[in-house]
Amino acid sequence: MWKVWIVLRPALSLLLAFTVGAAFLAIAGLNPIKAYVVMLEGPFGSWWGVTETVVKATPLILTSLAVLLPAKMQLWNIGAEGQLHLGAIGATWVALFFPFRQEPQWVIPLMITAGFVAGALWAGIPGVLRAYLNVNEVITTLMLNYVAVLWVDYLIYGPWKDPVSLGFPLTPLFPGSARFPTIPGTRIHLGLLLGLVGVFLVSLILGRTRWGFEIRVIGDNPSAARYAGMNLAKNILLTMVVAGGLAGLAGVGEVAAIQGRLQRGISPGYGYTAILVAWLARLNPWATVLVSFLLGGLLLGGDSLQIAMGVPVSVVYLLQGLIFFFVLGGDALMRSNGVAK
Amino acid sequence: MGVGWQRIFGGFLVLLLLALFLPLPGVGQGKLRAAFVYVGPVGDAGWTYAHDQGRRCAEKQVKGVETTYVENVSEADAERVIVDLARRGYKVIFTTSYGYMDATIAAARQFPNTIFEHASGFKRAKNVGTYFGRIEQARYLTGLVAGKMTKTHLIGYVAAHPIPEVVRGINSFTLGVRAVNPKAKVHVVWTNTWYDPGTEREAAESLLNLGADVLAQHQDSPAAVQAASKRGKYAIGYHSDMSKFGGRNHLTAAVWNWCPLYVYILEHVRAGTWKSEDLWWGMERGVVDIAPFSPLVPASVRQLVEARRKAIVQGKFDFFAGPIKDQEGRVRIPQGSRLSDEQQLSMDWFVEGVVGQIPKK
Repeated sequence: MWKVWIVLRPALSLLLAFTVGAAFLAIAGLNPIKAYVVMLEGPFGSWWGVTETVVKATPLILTSLAVLLPAKMQLWNIGAEGQLHLGAIGATWVALFFPFRQEPQWVIPLMITAGFVAGALWAGIPGVLRAYLNVNEVITTLMLNYVAVLWVDYLIYGPWKDPVSLGFPLTPLFPGSARFPTIPGTRIHLGLLLGLVGVFLVSLILGRTRWGFEIRVIGDNPSAARYAGMNLAKNILLTMVVAGGLAGLAGVGEVAAIQGRLQRGISPGYGYTAILVAWLARLNPWATVLVSFLLGGLLLGGDSLQIAMGVPVSVVYLLQGLIFFFVLGGDALMRSNGVAK
Repeated sequence: MGVGWQRIFGGFLVLLLLALFLPLPGVGQGKLRAAFVYVGPVGDAGWTYAHDQGRRCAEKQVKGVETTYVENVSEADAERVIVDLARRGYKVIFTTSYGYMDATIAAARQFPNTIFEHASGFKRAKNVGTYFGRIEQARYLTGLVAGKMTKTHLIGYVAAHPIPEVVRGINSFTLGVRAVNPKAKVHVVWTNTWYDPGTEREAAESLLNLGADVLAQHQDSPAAVQAASKRGKYAIGYHSDMSKFGGRNHLTAAVWNWCPLYVYILEHVRAGTWKSEDLWWGMERGVVDIAPFSPLVPASVRQLVEARRKAIVQGKFDFFAGPIKDQEGRVRIPQGSRLSDEQQLSMDWFVEGVVGQIPKK
């Protein structure tokens, strides 16, 4: 019986989400079936739509890994958003100031490295606080998100502002050698490859290495891990640092490929959506790829609704929120009831 | 455990396949299709609201035009939305935020047969035109009202980004204030955002705490108007008549009427006579104006403002004529000359009477 539940559970959650969503659409005076068709047609109904969905999924994959890895040891990294912004700052610093005219081939590797290191250091702050002072990482990682966004603001309003932007807060456009390569005709960029390599490495670490084993044991039973002689502090710090680096890479991709500069709004909350992705993926690294793609599509579907049906953006947000809520809530509810244990 | 995501994916896949086989929603045949990209929500009572009113009005006035819009598009996300619209076959795409400039140019390069019109920017191409209005004229007139109505001689100005457009507005407003009240000062607070009612209100509060008894603003929401009126202080609206947010304390507002511009552009596209232009229209063509006065504004002030308004419309009065001094008291525009359009478009200094700074690099 419970096997049937495993199959039915997510399908039921989705069905419920779409049913309640349909009710709201009907209240808003829209044909729900038509709305759903339009919503799926945008992100998945054309080759271009699919490529744009992949573009949205790319930062989601990397940031969800940054949530997933610490979550395996019961560490809650709510700070992927901030780590993403620090990664963007690191990459921008290289793009704007590295004297690359002589050696342009080094720019992109350096940007990636700088982005990883910046994100890693940023996550290292809550890492150290948690590892050595036992400060709750949920609060510190969350708070540092706001600080990170303000750092970006400081730089684009201040020292890194484009002198020809006439006062508008942007850095200058990166030179061509600092732009990520893309698949021609699309905006799919090197970041996707980084994401997939990240997924591969994280699953390798978790499944095949001693470090991954320690992460899982600490997650399951910290005191047992301590008795077994595992260094908790070191593991906490290392995990947070690597997670921050991965989220930093998401930021590198956004500035080096999508924007070509540092500016406000480089992330519409990827670091927060990542928490949802990691959860829906059941902390399975490979599953984040699919879930990111689907959630990316859901985010894009909102545009189609607006363009083709004149749906106000508030209804779009409402619908997206409902779907998130039911998929997540329905899932959690059924799990906690032990129906599917 | 750990395989549930496959089912989720499966569910989506089924819906996806369904979607692929269902017919797409029909689009108007033979109609001129125009799309608008907005930075805020259409209900913001401000910038986006004014553009959307213009869109609706133009759709009615120009025959055979069908329009759509996408709202709340962040400047960092604009390129995708603009390309999406071009791909869907919209013939004219209006991008209505300064920050959409580079995204518009990038999209225009990919779609040479689509016409793009960017509001308030300065980058043009063969298929990209720009349009804007001389809201400074209306701001000057509202400045006259503010200068007459202030008792503390301290006027607050909640301002978005320190770019020439906003600086120009502050300067023209201040020229109006000082024309009738040389003692008055205009204090500027930057919010660094076009639309964020919370931040706008905080900035307004800080100015009121400083002793300002009239607030003007260059923001996309009525938050500053609400904050002032709540404390029993006067407010000058922007974008649209904001009297429903400020009641009697809403003295007047500098308002946009984008309809004539949209009609002009769409008519030319329809007639096949469109070309890339830089349209910068003023009160004489009805693109900008001031909102009806509050009952608190005395008749003498109304007459003064009406007279100046008439003179501006007839081209007989130019408030950007010299002498104009800057904050340090240096004469920037000498007697006998005027602030040229080029100088207005790159304006990065405040006139005498403004208290505040333009962040410098």
